[in-house]
Amino acid sequence: MTDQVLSSLADAFPDVELEQVLDPPQDVARVPREQYAAFVAAARTAGFDGFVDLCGVDYLRRDPRFEVVLNLLSHQHVRRLRILVGVPGTDPHVATVTDVFPGANFYERETFDLFGILFDEHPDLTRLLLPDDWEGHPLRKDYSVGSVPIRFKESPKAQ
Amino acid sequence: MSDTPNVVTGDLEAPTTEPPEQAEAPSSPSADARRETHDMWVAGTEEPAWMRDATNERAQEMLEADSDPALEIHRGITVEDDFILDDSADVDELQILNMGPQHPSTHGVLRLHLELDGETIRRVKPIIGYLHTGMEKTAETLTYMQGSTNVTRMDYLSPLHMELAFSLAVESLLGIEIPERAQAMRVLLTELNRVSSHLVWAATQGTDLGAVSMMIYGFRDREYILEFFEKTTGLRMNHNFIRPGGLAADLPDGWEEDIEQIIVKVSAGVAEYEELFNGNPIFQDRTMGVGVITPEECNALGVTGPMARAAGIKWDLRKAFPYSGIEKYDFDVPTGKHGDVWDRYLVRMEEIKQSLGIVQQVMETMPAGDYRTTDRKVSPPPRKRIDESMEALIHHFKLYTSGFKVPVGETYQAIESPRGELGMYIVSDGRERPWRMHARTPSFNHVQALPTMMTDSLVADIVATIASADPVLGDVDR
Repeated sequence: MTDQVLSSLADAFPDVELEQVLDPPQDVARVPREQYAAFVAAARTAGFDGFVDLCGVDYLRRDPRFEVVLNLLSHQHVRRLRILVGVPGTDPHVATVTDVFPGANFYERETFDLFGILFDEHPDLTRLLLPDDWEGHPLRKDYSVGSVPIRFKESPKAQ
Repeated sequence: MSDTPNVVTGDLEAPTTEPPEQAEAPSSPSADARRETHDMWVAGTEEPAWMRDATNERAQEMLEADSDPALEIHRGITVEDDFILDDSADVDELQILNMGPQHPSTHGVLRLHLELDGETIRRVKPIIGYLHTGMEKTAETLTYMQGSTNVTRMDYLSPLHMELAFSLAVESLLGIEIPERAQAMRVLLTELNRVSSHLVWAATQGTDLGAVSMMIYGFRDREYILEFFEKTTGLRMNHNFIRPGGLAADLPDGWEEDIEQIIVKVSAGVAEYEELFNGNPIFQDRTMGVGVITPEECNALGVTGPMARAAGIKWDLRKAFPYSGIEKYDFDVPTGKHGDVWDRYLVRMEEIKQSLGIVQQVMETMPAGDYRTTDRKVSPPPRKRIDESMEALIHHFKLYTSGFKVPVGETYQAIESPRGELGMYIVSDGRERPWRMHARTPSFNHVQALPTMMTDSLVADIVATIASADPVLGDVDR
């Protein structure tokens, strides 16, 4: 890694896989779950000061099943960093980053709501978009889109 | 309305005489320190190149030139924030008030859970989800061809920006080139859409602060743009016009005259609004020092767009990560410095003018050529070819039944929407439908930032602050 900004991060976290993507310019970091919070804090210190986005992805048959995707932006270096963390389906816990980026608050609640990923130490991990008594986590791949049975008037079954 | 103890509500008649209590105000040093850190955070170690070589009227320094001493005193230059701190308040005496979800000034179905101490807000909790329709789940069941019909309904005030973000993300995964004319048309339409969206903001901001005639003016001028959209795309909103691979159709005959008319009429309208608002003491009182957010808070909370620029962050994705050939056009990025409602008003007004300038340039330099890519795997063949070519028929049939496949990969593509950074994160597993599509919508962050802007300020400022955040609830809940 020749890049100065990334190499300092790479030196501090040898377990993190860093990859450069040029079109559109965004660097990708695959971070082990244990180092996630520390890596995000280090990235902020390294100049990635802008919180952009956090979301989950359900890969279902892959191990680990879930992935939490965090997008950061550096105004100083004019570049983006995408941080990917694998989260196993049997133990869907990951550290919160709300203490580093308060903007992650709603995004983590949304990800909990729709994927059932639990963010440890989150100040208020409740459902955000769905009602509190909703069952299941709709963006998981094993959650059906659903259908409502319709009985047409003239159909034989209706009689 | 900022009735803070350290605000200097000086005499407007004699702006040069410095009020004695201003120098003694205890918050002055910290205010200066904050201002310094602002500049550091804002500009970084060096100013970005595109900020240095500003263009035509140097609108980037709009607010520096605009620093009228009378206005400064009116605003209260020593104001730290719009906070009213009172430790004697008892938690048990707080009044709990629900605002919304059917309140007219919440711009949709936003609900605010307020804890009030008399006239002062102590805690705010935005409650959202009333408009949640699971569009990200729906996107996984739609092909890439159908996807733009879905995303266009998220932010219904700037549908073309949603479509553009989606299309750019898909095109980046496909690795296809878009013809120049298509790119220029995209810029033309999205910039017009920015103007129409800002006009709705101006209309609602005015109405929420009591200038009801502004509602009529804003919607009247927006109508000129929507008429053009209807003529071009067939629909006033939710166009599904910008699609992966290009656009749905070419511009209608005589579009130049329409655009010229729009520029003339909207510019006249903007001049009218400025006449209505700029010197208006009521509007100034209700907006200056209200709903303040600092650049540090903006970055930490993910607040972008005009809100962040009003706080002094010199950042625009059209300049930082240019898309769709927008770097070819000459425009300025207006920034404020106080981060209050008034600065947001100035920034958005200037953005309307800058966008009209881009529209003018696109009109003058519109290249000839195709309005969509000629890659038949992505864009459908012309209708005539279907009658004479078997291959065209097959392509047409395949595209409209099963859609096109997108290579495995993931991408995050962001554009500058009227509200801020609009990002589209798409994960493809190599099939016709996205494995996951996530929309990073600016309003979501802005609603999240409302407590930061409102806490410890007055009840009457709520409406001004919400209006200045310009949230679109379809964008928040998706």
